[in-house]
Amino acid sequence: MFTSSYLSASQTVGPFFHDALLREGAHTPILINAETVGERLRIEGRVLDGAGQGVEDALVEIWQANSAGRYNHPLDGRDLPLDPTFSGFGRTATDPKGCFWFETIRPGPVPFAESVLQAPHICVAIFGRGLLNHLYTRIYFADDPAIERDPILRHVPSDRRHTLLASRHDVAGRTVYQLDLLLQGAAETVFFNLGGDVSPSNL
Amino acid sequence: MSSTTIGAIVRGDAAVFPPYLYEAYRSTIKRAPGLPLVDVPLTLSELTGPGPLLSAVTPEDADLTRNAGTGGEAIGQRIIVTGRLLDAAGQPIPHALVEVWQANAAGRYVHKRDQWPGPLDPNFLGIGRCKTDTDGVYRFMTVRPGAYPWKNHPNAWRPAHIHFSLFGPAWGTRLITQMYFQDDPLFFQDPIFASVPPEAGKRLIAHYDHDLTEAEWALGWRWDIVLGGATATPFEHGEVR
Repeated sequence: MFTSSYLSASQTVGPFFHDALLREGAHTPILINAETVGERLRIEGRVLDGAGQGVEDALVEIWQANSAGRYNHPLDGRDLPLDPTFSGFGRTATDPKGCFWFETIRPGPVPFAESVLQAPHICVAIFGRGLLNHLYTRIYFADDPAIERDPILRHVPSDRRHTLLASRHDVAGRTVYQLDLLLQGAAETVFFNLGGDVSPSNL
Repeated sequence: MSSTTIGAIVRGDAAVFPPYLYEAYRSTIKRAPGLPLVDVPLTLSELTGPGPLLSAVTPEDADLTRNAGTGGEAIGQRIIVTGRLLDAAGQPIPHALVEVWQANAAGRYVHKRDQWPGPLDPNFLGIGRCKTDTDGVYRFMTVRPGAYPWKNHPNAWRPAHIHFSLFGPAWGTRLITQMYFQDDPLFFQDPIFASVPPEAGKRLIAHYDHDLTEAEWALGWRWDIVLGGATATPFEHGEVR
């Protein structure tokens, strides 16, 4: 029987991943095409280090449900529409100033437990030189009333919840949500230990 | 590596995963989080993930000695790198995408930010991908990567390694790591390898396996990968129970 002590450890992605992980077909900051169902959103942000400098060589990945709140995954067999044009996965690298962006759609709400929904959110993983493990966080939408009832946000210390809330700054009629991801400092982004020492029933 | 501070903030199991702050690896100092990770339960968002969707590979993608598109063959010691991709229960993970990248036989990456004077090989990109088979087995043909210098500490050299990127079935099983070689003399001075607890570090090292070696062609190295983090709990109708 395997236990966690058999797991493979993480190592840094290093600075040289771009050609392998962002090759044609794998570089997907644009998750949508003309047929994709849902409200178009642009997600923008920066990855910043403890000195406030942009992290120029981070890899940022996102995972989200479609506009109906369904994940394109075999475990999600709920009777909700799958959008064949929408995988829900995005991957990009930061630019020399630490900036990243994705073009996607607003995800629908997804279940937390029986009769409890999570607020619409986008899962984020950050990799980089100097990150021996990747970092998990989420992007929520600051102007969505559902965040008040989100069971994961309610588990985050109240004075840090703002680090997960993207603010809306529409540009030329396009919906843009902006959130910087701070690796260190007083306003450090909340990062998660997934499946940590907590069970849903305790919330 | 004499004055090493090991950070307290660890992802998951401290017996397996490196800390975020490991001062001997200088790049961690400004990038490691300083506040505790927030424990959260696994939800549908983490129990799903892009892994099962990511499958577009061709057989050529797994042969790094010939996939540069030049028609020529990479220079270096040909090696076969193979092993099984397993979940935390020891079960094979079939049909899973495995992405790799590595330096060439001289220790040089085809990357604009790698400027040390090791020679480039026009027939080697150092990029590969494959899918695991029904038994969870991945397999690459490549050349053995060289060690390369970096500026972390005086006369610093990375042990030869191959970067591996794996998704597994879920967002929570995502892993990027590095595979090392059993007979490498450079481990003693490498803080990236040393950041991993010793027993877990051993499991990042591939072992030479003569049964894998192909006569008059390539040497065989075996390395298994075990993904953890998030295993699916019993799950019905989209609800986590």
